[in-house]
Amino acid sequence: MSLFLIVALPFLGALLPGLMNSAGRQACAGLTFTVSLTAFIGLLTNLPSVLAGEVVTARVDWIPSLGLNFTLMLDGLGFFFAFLILGIGLLIIAYARSYLSRDDNMGEFFTYLLLFQGAMVGIVLSDNILLLLVFWELTSLSSFLLIGYWKHLPEGRQGARMALTVTGMGGLAMIGGMLILGQIAGSYDLSVILQNRELIQADPLYVPALLLILLGCFTKSAQFPFHFWLPHAMAAPTPVSAYLHSATMVKAGIFLMARMWPVLSGTPEWFVIVTTAGLITMFIGAVIALFKHDLKALLAFSTVSHLGLITMLLGTGTTFGAMAAVFHILNHATFKAALFMSAGIVDHEAHTRDIRRLGGLRHLMPITFVIATLAALSMAGIPLLNGFLSKEMMLEEATHTALFGAWWLVPALATLGSLFSAAYCFRLIGHTFLGPVRDDYPTKPHDPGAGMWLPPAILVMLVVVIGVAPFLVQDFVFLVAKSVIGGVGELEVKYIKIWHGLVPALFMSIAAVVGGLLLMAIFTPLLRMWDAAPRPEAKTIFEAIIAAVVALAERLIYGLHNGAFSRYGAIMAITVIGAGYYAWVTGTVGPTTREMQPMTPMAVAGWIMLVAATLGMVFLHRNRLMSLILIGIAGLMVSVGFVFFSAPDLAMTQITVEVVTIILLLLALNFLPNQTPVESTVMRRTRDAAIAVAGGLAAMGLAWHFLLREAVTTPISEFHLANSYKGGGGTNVVNVILVDFRGFDTYGEIIVLGIAALLIYALTETLLSGPVRARLLNRKPDQPRAGDMHPTMMVVLTRVIMPVVLMVGFYIFLRGHNEPGGGFIAGLVVSIAVVMQYMASGFGWASARLRYPYHGIIGAGVLIAGLTGIGSWFVAKPFLTSDFTYVRIPPFQEFELATAALFDLGVFLAVVGAVMLSLESFSRLARRAHVKDSEHPMDIDPSRDDTQPAVVKEGV
Amino acid sequence: MELLVASAIGVLTAGGIYLMLRLRTFPVILGISLLTYAVNVFLFASGRLAIGGPPILRDGVEFYSDPLPQALVLTAIVISFGMTAVVVMIALGAYLGADDDRVDDPAETERGDAT
Repeated sequence: MSLFLIVALPFLGALLPGLMNSAGRQACAGLTFTVSLTAFIGLLTNLPSVLAGEVVTARVDWIPSLGLNFTLMLDGLGFFFAFLILGIGLLIIAYARSYLSRDDNMGEFFTYLLLFQGAMVGIVLSDNILLLLVFWELTSLSSFLLIGYWKHLPEGRQGARMALTVTGMGGLAMIGGMLILGQIAGSYDLSVILQNRELIQADPLYVPALLLILLGCFTKSAQFPFHFWLPHAMAAPTPVSAYLHSATMVKAGIFLMARMWPVLSGTPEWFVIVTTAGLITMFIGAVIALFKHDLKALLAFSTVSHLGLITMLLGTGTTFGAMAAVFHILNHATFKAALFMSAGIVDHEAHTRDIRRLGGLRHLMPITFVIATLAALSMAGIPLLNGFLSKEMMLEEATHTALFGAWWLVPALATLGSLFSAAYCFRLIGHTFLGPVRDDYPTKPHDPGAGMWLPPAILVMLVVVIGVAPFLVQDFVFLVAKSVIGGVGELEVKYIKIWHGLVPALFMSIAAVVGGLLLMAIFTPLLRMWDAAPRPEAKTIFEAIIAAVVALAERLIYGLHNGAFSRYGAIMAITVIGAGYYAWVTGTVGPTTREMQPMTPMAVAGWIMLVAATLGMVFLHRNRLMSLILIGIAGLMVSVGFVFFSAPDLAMTQITVEVVTIILLLLALNFLPNQTPVESTVMRRTRDAAIAVAGGLAAMGLAWHFLLREAVTTPISEFHLANSYKGGGGTNVVNVILVDFRGFDTYGEIIVLGIAALLIYALTETLLSGPVRARLLNRKPDQPRAGDMHPTMMVVLTRVIMPVVLMVGFYIFLRGHNEPGGGFIAGLVVSIAVVMQYMASGFGWASARLRYPYHGIIGAGVLIAGLTGIGSWFVAKPFLTSDFTYVRIPPFQEFELATAALFDLGVFLAVVGAVMLSLESFSRLARRAHVKDSEHPMDIDPSRDDTQPAVVKEGV
Repeated sequence: MELLVASAIGVLTAGGIYLMLRLRTFPVILGISLLTYAVNVFLFASGRLAIGGPPILRDGVEFYSDPLPQALVLTAIVISFGMTAVVVMIALGAYLGADDDRVDDPAETERGDAT
């Protein structure tokens, strides 16, 4: 099966359980199982190639310009991990089916689980480190969902947040490290990076890259000092713990260290950091685990400890260490998943996981007892079980490792770690299953159904088989180890043996087991000592750090961001001016290359009007109606300026937009106070004026500068002028750019415009359905109303003018391709015509005659424009490729038909819809309770013979 | 002529910034509108000033103004209408809801030790 499919299957499958939720729990679990099984079988189909030593690859370029490609690779290591992820995943799914209660939303659970599974498989099969990072972050996110699955439990939420914070932070660091690594190697493809060991290790940026990547690995794999999140993640349902903390999530960091092993290992930095962290983690985890009373917490810390063990083995940088690490990953996955599931069974049946309340379960739950005992003994390192083999290898490796120049340090700590490890395993067995049967269990425990004990039983079978007959997996382990090692060295061992003779490792093993038994013998006084000893509580420290960071962020943010928007505006203006000033004084200024054009009296007159209107606005802005009139003048002068400087399309757009904007502002002013009170001090106004003058001078200086100089490089406008007619079939270059060359931009713009209008509509609806509604309905207008709000003259005039305006709009639309005009302008013109009807004849009258809702018009416009674009796909052209032809239908002259005109129609409709929807929304606010919407266009109509006046006159 | 356009941009910008820094929503919206004019004219002027050369292709005519900034500004004008409408709606909603058209949050909702 293609690697793409293996990675994609869990993601695609993740859609199903949620959808199938109503079909029942069995269907949900069965479906999830089938999806995983398919991916698993797909993986197995690649086994022959992997065994033959080949590397299976699959590649699709995604964003080649960034070096981000969807490249997958399956070698021994990738296969090994994918096998664990999917294989144990299958067992977990079967187990979870029985474990989850009726109250749990099973579809949700399996969706998260499959998402997580897909992300994990993605990590181990990625050949591109950027892609790997994407999957890496996905595991952080999906594990957050899984850990916090029981949303009603505060521990679950806290644990999920902590896991996300720690692993997410590490993920960020790792992004930095990976980017550095990619820069050094010149490629983001793992296959390339793995070949460049010398280059990378010689680079001065090697150490920062190493530190950042290790930060990511250590946080994910819960290495000291980031080990604290893992036990808190135990608040998750047990299947999640079993999956995340035996074979997958926490192994991702280990996987990455193994993956990067050929490139990063072997240097003193790697050796010291990784070995030390691993050693400390192994020791601390084992010690803490011994004194935990919660079964899952005990297992969590034992996981921390074992991850430390694997990390240490990878840290030594020898080929034997790498091989031992691979073997222990396999062994740990089998016995730890079995143990977690057993703990879940105990919890499920006895309704407690507290070791102090358990004991004597071997009589009540014999099957669970056998499973858990075998797995725990394996973890303790008892011969003939698989844990013994890899633990022996670890001890063997420890005797050859000297840290900080002390030959005894690593062996001593390793032995002590194993000793505590053996002790907690014995405690787990002894205090849970052995001893007398108690009569105070929360519920009477008994063995569960096969659905729950079969998955761990399968794993324990593996534990025993590998332990007794290691030669069965030996070749596979060597194969995986070889793909970890890459071309760096040769694997010296040839066999995995149970009996090595009387080597130091054996004595260390014996010491650990005997010591563990002794610790158990004195456990009660030991526990008293432990409880009395002061210990730093990782969660408290973590929370203190978080609180400190939040406090710092608050100081920074609220210092700047105090809710005064005018202050933000000032700060932004000053910053922009400052940045511009800096660019100006540090940049080079070329000589002027353009002649200044002579001023004409007309232009000066226009300028004076514009400046006068602007200054008038500044000084008279407290009178709001006045400032609205003045801004109209400013807008008009801008339009005139556009005409003057050869931009007829802009002028037409500007003047029509001006009209609708002023109407809109007038509608708004209807509700707002008519005066702006004096509130700011003279100081403040002086300050604002200074900022404004500085900003104005800066803008003027910049414009003045470039107006007198030619562009630095040749503008691309020449292309548009040259190709407008040839390629686009239109002589109005601006319009051809809009609907053809940059049609995709325009498409985006009409969508934005449509969204803006819908937003206004939604806000209006919210206002009208909230408490504001009553106030609006009972509002008294603050100004006298005209007695005749809809005068006859105006009604008649707008009615007469309507067809003419529509015809003008149609004309402007049609000629747009070759003369000034087009969809935008025509849309605005038609909107104005419709708005005039509203204004003249009243809202009720106009609405009653509205056949199509404005939303629909917006939608139709966007749809027509989009479909026009899609149409070009049918002739195998890219989106929005336009075409045109000339036809002649007698008696007309020859005329042009262009697909761009269809696109422009979409623009036209979207503009009409958006403008009308906005204005209509505003005017709906203006309707009041005691003023009925009149169905008549005119308030006073001599031809109407009604005894009652149509409108109740309201006073001031 | 260049001086006129540059100074017009400057005056519009200055007026826009001053009004944008006012304390009530209505002048702020008008200020943003003035800034919109300034920015649009600025962008338009980046195609340099040309008199009597609209970018409508004609036989025998070689002198055209730069069409590209015009196309960009044309959509900018329409979009700025949409933006103004949304801002006005938000301002109106805030005023109708709270009977207050100040743009700055009142002091008592400030947090932290900002003074």
